[in-house]
Amino acid sequence: MAERSPPLHGVHEARGAKFTGFGGWAMPVEFDSIKEEHAAVREEAGIFDVSHMGEIEVAGPDATTLMNRLTTNDVTALDPGDSQYAAITTEDGVMIDDTVVYRLPDGTAAGDAAADLTADAAGRDLDAGEGDPAYLFVPNAGHDEAAFDRWVDYRDEHGLDADVVNTTTDWAMVAVQGPDAADALDDATTTGRVVDLSRFEATTAAVAGVGSWVARTGYTGEDGFEVLCPAGDAETVWSAFDVQPCGLGARDTLRMEMGYLLSGQDFDPEEEPRTPYEAGIGFVVKLDTEFVGRDALEVQKEDGVEERFRGIRLLERGVPRGGYAVTDGDLTRIGHLTSGTMSPTLAEPIGLGYLRTEHAADGERVSVVVRGEEKRAEVVVPPFLDR
Amino acid sequence: MSFDVPDELRYLESHEWTTVADDAVRVGISDFAQDELGDVVFVELPEVGDEVVADETFGVVESIKAVSDLYSPVSGEVVAVNEDLFDRPELVNDDPYGDGWMIEVAPTDGFDDLLDAEAYADQVA
Repeated sequence: MAERSPPLHGVHEARGAKFTGFGGWAMPVEFDSIKEEHAAVREEAGIFDVSHMGEIEVAGPDATTLMNRLTTNDVTALDPGDSQYAAITTEDGVMIDDTVVYRLPDGTAAGDAAADLTADAAGRDLDAGEGDPAYLFVPNAGHDEAAFDRWVDYRDEHGLDADVVNTTTDWAMVAVQGPDAADALDDATTTGRVVDLSRFEATTAAVAGVGSWVARTGYTGEDGFEVLCPAGDAETVWSAFDVQPCGLGARDTLRMEMGYLLSGQDFDPEEEPRTPYEAGIGFVVKLDTEFVGRDALEVQKEDGVEERFRGIRLLERGVPRGGYAVTDGDLTRIGHLTSGTMSPTLAEPIGLGYLRTEHAADGERVSVVVRGEEKRAEVVVPPFLDR
Repeated sequence: MSFDVPDELRYLESHEWTTVADDAVRVGISDFAQDELGDVVFVELPEVGDEVVADETFGVVESIKAVSDLYSPVSGEVVAVNEDLFDRPELVNDDPYGDGWMIEVAPTDGFDDLLDAEAYADQVA
């Protein structure tokens, strides 16, 4: 399969970015140095091109039902402009992906959002829309086609009335994150006010004159915004922010310090099959809604989980990495890591992974096997940083 | 982007360098290698008295994003280790041919199989 390129690829190349393949996309991994980019986001602000994330639009009389059946959270809690984090699970409750679901103004046509929603960005009243409910959700890089198929198949199988359109290539998405992100957004916003948004709230606004869908969301643990704009206007939006450009390398270290899951790495239906309860995101599972995987998850909630998603801090020199075994310090395996790095903020080696429940208490002493050698570590219930 | 490739050194295709001398040679990784790795956060090196073998691993260098084996350009006994790197691994980024050196080896074989600066510069161009 040919590698996909974000609309900003040439802009990043000219800026001297290094690229990496991720989810079938050629994305910038590093612009200057992961340490510098990471520090900018923790202390000031940074901007990320996250156009590799997918976009699927769903609208119609049964759009709410379709969204609710295929995501674990309660979509009926959303008003236009609200968003929520959710998991997409199999019948067995195993996570296929995680996603953010946005409710768009009623009457937005699926497939038209990038053109229509952003056309009149000036202080639009999101509640004034008339017509059927509409949603946009964001699957992870490379998952958009499978998500689209899943939605269409379920709709057709159950005779639901909703349009589903994969608009991944219509949209570009940039994330501006950090304690100064609100100021940066305020400066760049030409129409509409985004600094009044609460966490997980979204609105239409013009950023550098470009009609955009702006949400107070992110993946770094800092205050921040994600800006969805038409793909053709990506460079105008990107260039409107005079903050540190950041690549996927810093995005990864920032999310690891917060204990946020990376789809395909910390869970994966084939390589690392996990339920939301094992993965520590039981808060997105609403058992009082009807969704694919619900019954299996109800049973697991009653029975409890055998392994839990946890952090570890290495107490000796070394760097924990995904795939390393975790032992009780006496050669008995009690789990394994799925992610790890040297934390730039803490200057400590940290890891994330799954540990047997009886060894998962905060502060529990364990060992991580690094190239055949057990190194002392302690269990940390994430996040590693207070934010 | 062009990388620093000092003329007086010899190189491996895997981006390690060595000085050329009869008694003890210094070994490290190239400017290109440190740039590819990004921020170096950890090095694992042999101890003084250990034997290293040309083209075989003698340690590990880790950046935030990657783990890489280190290959020795020469065979011989390790006579010194740069312990500064344990506390300040970033020296590998800051000064790969100077303060970022890794080990010193008393070589037992020659340097004929190694790339000269011109050949290595072509490789990383």
